[in-house]
Amino acid sequence: MSKKQRRTLVRLIIGAAAFAAALLIPLGGVFRLALFLVPYFVIGGDVLLRALRNIAHGQVFDENFLMAVATVGAFCVGEYPEGVAVMLFYQVGELFQSYAVGRSRQSISALMDIRPDYANVRREGELVRVDPEEVSVDDLIVVKPGERVPLDGVIAEGSSTLDTAALTGESLPRDAAPGDAVISGCINLSGLLTVRVSRVYGESTVAKILDLVENASSKKAKAENFITRFARWYTPAVVIGAALLAVVPPLVTGGPFPMWIHRALIFLVISCPCALVISVPLSFFGGIGGASKCGILVKGSNYLEALAGTETVVFDKTGTLTKGSFRVTAVHPDEISEDRLLELAALAESYSSHPIALSLRAAYGKEPDETRVSGVEEVSGRGVKATVDGRKVCAGNGKLMDEAGAVWHDCHLSGTTVHVAVDGEYAGHIVISDEVKEDAREAVSALREAGVRKTVMLTGDAEPVAAQVAKELGLDEYHAGLLPADKVDRMERLLAEKSPRGVLAFVGDGINDAPVLSRADIGIAMGGLGSDAAIEAADVVIMDDRPSKLAAAIKISRRTLAIVRQNIVFALAVKALVLLLGALGDANMWEAVFADVGVSVIAILNATRALNVKNL
Amino acid sequence: MKKTFRLRDLDCANCAAKMENAINKLDGVQSATVSFMTQRLTLEADDARFDEVLKEAVRVCRKVEPDCTVLV
Repeated sequence: MSKKQRRTLVRLIIGAAAFAAALLIPLGGVFRLALFLVPYFVIGGDVLLRALRNIAHGQVFDENFLMAVATVGAFCVGEYPEGVAVMLFYQVGELFQSYAVGRSRQSISALMDIRPDYANVRREGELVRVDPEEVSVDDLIVVKPGERVPLDGVIAEGSSTLDTAALTGESLPRDAAPGDAVISGCINLSGLLTVRVSRVYGESTVAKILDLVENASSKKAKAENFITRFARWYTPAVVIGAALLAVVPPLVTGGPFPMWIHRALIFLVISCPCALVISVPLSFFGGIGGASKCGILVKGSNYLEALAGTETVVFDKTGTLTKGSFRVTAVHPDEISEDRLLELAALAESYSSHPIALSLRAAYGKEPDETRVSGVEEVSGRGVKATVDGRKVCAGNGKLMDEAGAVWHDCHLSGTTVHVAVDGEYAGHIVISDEVKEDAREAVSALREAGVRKTVMLTGDAEPVAAQVAKELGLDEYHAGLLPADKVDRMERLLAEKSPRGVLAFVGDGINDAPVLSRADIGIAMGGLGSDAAIEAADVVIMDDRPSKLAAAIKISRRTLAIVRQNIVFALAVKALVLLLGALGDANMWEAVFADVGVSVIAILNATRALNVKNL
Repeated sequence: MKKTFRLRDLDCANCAAKMENAINKLDGVQSATVSFMTQRLTLEADDARFDEVLKEAVRVCRKVEPDCTVLV
């Protein structure tokens, strides 16, 4: 509780005690009025003051004014205890409301609290603790175990494990060794790290993310705009209704004025749209906070809202559905064993740093014994020739085989094929292809379950590779051999095909696909960690590189919208009901205050559920 | 130019909406948002007149909700 809230609480307790005393002391006439005015001013003095001040500023229909009119009105018709009680109830409700909003705001902010407080810079052999903003590029900073990495950089010394949960939602710690890039916002778990800073604070990942999250609430959802527009009409309408209710029925039917004025006062109490105006943005804020807990950054409430209507998802292939790294996917030997074929190829390629050589060595699993290899000759565009254990080994494409005089054949699998010949005899081939991400299949089926009608893959790769990936993942459509400009054309066509209210989301890795990202209804970039382009161009950033997060984002979005809808319907229904009962004379002022602050508090508590994303 | 300012003691969501509405009506303002959740005012206005517009925005905020201050 803040200081201000605590002071209000004390004042309310004193006021409540005075009110209880006033109820117990039997006095009549003017003394009774005076007795009730004491707790009234203690409890509601600030409301009255604010009401007067705001009228002076030309702000007529604010809640202070309405409460003041309603309670003063109650005093005028002789209902002293009711006037005080309503004011007390209102103030308690307001206090609880401000407390609840403060709490949920804090818990959401705590989620996003990845701001580093300081950096330990090595200056002239000494460690100095400074503000991260004062550190410049190429400075050496020391990150102790338990500390947050304050700036992006490269590890110069030391190795450790890093907790990236705050950034990616990934609970498994990541290993880091000298030469590895580290990203600000991670927490160093075990070893002492010396990091050479590569970006100043303002450009580092953590600053970018914070900026993005803080600005997210400035892009408002349609539901939010609807509510603010609604609020602008609602209050004056109810106030006019109250005025009519006070004057018209008694003139027409000749009934008593005090009764109708009392009913009109009930209208005034309900006329504040606060429950709606608070709970809708709070729900979106909670949803954005919950998503960021899972490593999904949503750049605005409008995007969170739009995600719920996702009808078509278009994926880029490389780096999004596939890892973008190469791996041995098949070993087809002629006569010799698979292991032997792999060993020969790995040894022949042991001096090369080509991605294909790297994946061969990775599949081999052991460090190649380089003493067994001699006379390595790289034949550019074809492959490698080397002497392994005294035998002449050639590893490369068909042309190299022809050159070596080996009789070779193509593989039925798509991908890059490395043929191997030993002493001019064909020994077999190894297929290397881009690896599909572990959760890609699951991601596609989860999207379908979430109600996405069409999944499409766009790629610049050749037809057979694309066909295989699309089949493996169960995608509805694929388009291969596309140049960047073709991708935009394709996107236009897909946009034209979808239903008018459906949303098309494009998922890419943010590299080379900025035009497509911006053309889609929602652009989603993956693997946002450390990639500026992705963070800038996209509307939603998935911090790690798991496509399955997409379905999670859609679910969070749907749930947030459901909560928003519940709040709107609940608040409007209660208000409408109490307005109706009030007009008929069946509601008292207590119920009216409940329809105002009570509903606000319930709606706020409901809104905080949006933050909980555990069971999605 | 676009700048963000913190707001202190912004206690009422409806007031935030009113402030936003009022600031957006000011001459020279391209766009303004008042976020009740993050307690921030984001103001986008012409570079040349930014200070003048800001002063006006602060005045408007005070008019709508005298308890709330813009931390410039």
